[in-house]
Amino acid sequence: MGEAVISLRNVSKSFGEVLANDNVSMDIYKGEILSLLGENGSGKTTLMNMLSGIYYPDHGEIKVNGNVVNIREPKDAFACGIGMVHQHFKLVDVFTAAENVVVGIKQKGHFDLREVAHGIREICDRYGFVMDPDKKVYDMSVSEKQTLEIIKVIYRGADILILDEPTAVLTPQETDRLFNVIRNMKKDGKTVVIITHKLHEVLSISDRVAILRKGAYIDAVPTKDATEESLTEMMVGEKVELNIERPEVKDKKLRLKVEHLSCYNADGVQVLDDVSFDAYGGEILGIAGVSGNGQKELLESVAGLQNTMPGAKISYYAPDDSGEHELIGLTPRKIRELGVHLSFVPEDRLGMGLVGSMGMSENMMLKDYSEGHSIFTDNRKPRELAEQILKDLKVVTPGISTPVRRLSGGNVQKVLVGREIAASPAVLMTAYAVRGLDINTSYTIYRLLNEQKSKGVAVMYVGEDLDVLMELCDRILVLCGGKVSGILDGRSARKEEIGRLMTTYGGRKEKG
Amino acid sequence: MAKAVKKEPFIRLAKRDTMPTAKKVAVRLISILAALIVCGLLIFAITGLNPLEVYSTMISGAFGTKTRIWSTVKEMTMLACIAIGLAPAFKMRFWNIGAEGQVLIGGIVTAGCMIYLKALPPVALFAVMLVGSTLAGALWGLLPAVFKAKWNTNETLFTLMMNYVAIQLTSFFVAKWENPYGSNTVGIINQNSQEGWFPSVMGTRYFISVVLVLLLAVLMFVYLKYTKHGYEISVVGESENTARYAGISVGWVVIRTMLLSGALCGMAGFMAVAGASHTISTSTAGGRGFTAIIVAWLAKFDSATMLLISLLLAFLQSGAGEIASKCKLNSYASEMITGIILFFILGSEFFINFKLILRGKKEKEG
Repeated sequence: MGEAVISLRNVSKSFGEVLANDNVSMDIYKGEILSLLGENGSGKTTLMNMLSGIYYPDHGEIKVNGNVVNIREPKDAFACGIGMVHQHFKLVDVFTAAENVVVGIKQKGHFDLREVAHGIREICDRYGFVMDPDKKVYDMSVSEKQTLEIIKVIYRGADILILDEPTAVLTPQETDRLFNVIRNMKKDGKTVVIITHKLHEVLSISDRVAILRKGAYIDAVPTKDATEESLTEMMVGEKVELNIERPEVKDKKLRLKVEHLSCYNADGVQVLDDVSFDAYGGEILGIAGVSGNGQKELLESVAGLQNTMPGAKISYYAPDDSGEHELIGLTPRKIRELGVHLSFVPEDRLGMGLVGSMGMSENMMLKDYSEGHSIFTDNRKPRELAEQILKDLKVVTPGISTPVRRLSGGNVQKVLVGREIAASPAVLMTAYAVRGLDINTSYTIYRLLNEQKSKGVAVMYVGEDLDVLMELCDRILVLCGGKVSGILDGRSARKEEIGRLMTTYGGRKEKG
Repeated sequence: MAKAVKKEPFIRLAKRDTMPTAKKVAVRLISILAALIVCGLLIFAITGLNPLEVYSTMISGAFGTKTRIWSTVKEMTMLACIAIGLAPAFKMRFWNIGAEGQVLIGGIVTAGCMIYLKALPPVALFAVMLVGSTLAGALWGLLPAVFKAKWNTNETLFTLMMNYVAIQLTSFFVAKWENPYGSNTVGIINQNSQEGWFPSVMGTRYFISVVLVLLLAVLMFVYLKYTKHGYEISVVGESENTARYAGISVGWVVIRTMLLSGALCGMAGFMAVAGASHTISTSTAGGRGFTAIIVAWLAKFDSATMLLISLLLAFLQSGAGEIASKCKLNSYASEMITGIILFFILGSEFFINFKLILRGKKEKEG
């Protein structure tokens, strides 16, 4: 297995009362691809941030090549040969690739950008990247930005690369390309650590898997001895059933008809282009696409939060056959006053769906606080609802008046989904409903969505994990560049096909 | 490699989760105590005076006689009234830096009523002044709110600039109402007849102001905490996106809240003119519109705390004035003391939110 390039011994780090890493001791070996696996909030990123100089450990020591080091800032990390690519890219938009690569490097005189460009091309040739050194960052796709981040750390001489959730923003094809590059790096003698929670990726790329759970180091196993089930068990601490149910669609009824929907965002960029589709009660309609291809605007248009271009129609058909309502041009309150039961779990949970500084109880009345004629708010009903959700969904919180901002991501989402479902919706829209949630909470959410589906609710599920979309949804609508590039049957769709539609315009199929 | 073998950083910051309320109060009290000690050392170093003597002079300056007590209370009610007016705007994260102007406009209307409408019966005059000054303040607050709601202009700059307009207007009216001619002041309005002056109740002219402000404090507490309007203000202040998601009309809430905020600041101008100074000048607001921002924020918009902090600041001001004359320090010395104390109070918030960790893993509590 070779020698350890990095050894962590009894490393701990806490934030306030939260213990992010608890006495972690582990080794990273030279020339290996190591997956660091754990659920959200298990301390993977914190641990690696201590190697890259973002955080400083409270206790414990770090050895690089056998020497004890104090990594106080990212510069120290580079001096040790450690480079990290963060989940949120740290690039200057108006700079070119070459300028971004050298920004922050201290050097007398001025940079010879031609030399830098030459260096970049050399790195590209060696590992199989494609990058134009003169391209500005704002012209780059997400995957190009990531490539640039990796080139940046290699250019600065990193021998140990840490990649934080590198595939979260990539299509399946882009992921394959990235993995090839990583394999080339390994051949070149570099050490790569990938932080992830996607099991099939762990199995396909890494040599070894190290598992963290709730801040503690559990174990490391060679990938060839691991299975999805065994890894999940170590990650969660108990056996988990990994199958998502998909009950048969029964009593399918047209609930929402969207026609010729187009809109522009605040910067004047067209984000939706002539989108048309139907959503039916009793089914889950998945919406796939690379993040930022119009998913957010699509849902917000239906919810009455987005200005749309003339010519669009969004017709709502009430479940009691009481008629048809046009939703375009209505505010969220008008929509509610018409008796349209629309529930919406937005992507930005604390910035849109909930008020972070308020407790569960006060958040319950966010949408219906104005009902009734009294000038005072009715606090009794929301409190009862909060107690109910606390019990039903097992929300972990010190109390229903604790600000929801202080809850963990999974509990925040339970509060939000709980409220939206309690409103007995006819249409339920969710955006990235399980992003950042642990496995158990994710499965709770899938179960709740299936429950709504069997009640005859039209569920719309915007997701990023194609495996989940293919297991959960009855139909999958694929967005690309604000256009519908295809609507597939969830039971027969193939991953490669979805991936292709995510990156190709047009090619519209018949609605199925 | 050798480069990376550095020492552990000497001091590090770590965010605290939460601190028990008792400890928070203790930290704040300690900060005031520390401020007093620093002030004492400074006074001794510069002037050689006994700091304890200086402090006792401050206390007697603020609370020594009945007149002094009422004068301190008057100052407190003014500050508290403006702070109560600012609270809903700031809770909505609308940076109303324009209280100074809103107070002045309320004051101008009050003075105008006292001059032109003195023939009215006292109760009617009182009502007209009250309504007129609040309406004027509300309108002064409405303008930046409408621009914010319709065109998303920057309310900080807008309200700030409105102050200068109000100051110029005041200068204009001071010149117009000049009395006696050539003095460039308005003088005491209705000095002999005392029309429009707050009547004496319980032996003091400030009694009505105190009752009014206490009433406002209670109403504001209820308004922010228990009403639908208060709920809307909290939501808009936290996140406009959440407010839109909830179906709240953000523009309308902004306008409505600024009407209220401006109205209460205008009412403070009414109390300043009819209830206290009985004159109008460009210094009628006297920077209280800015000091009240500190009061509102330090109190986190809680009514009772706003009253307490107003009292502390009023005490500092009255006491500082006294040491300036008694101990032959000029007024800058007293302003220094106020500054040092505010600095420590604000600084204590840092220790409530963060802790320091010194090299060698010793954790130092704030």
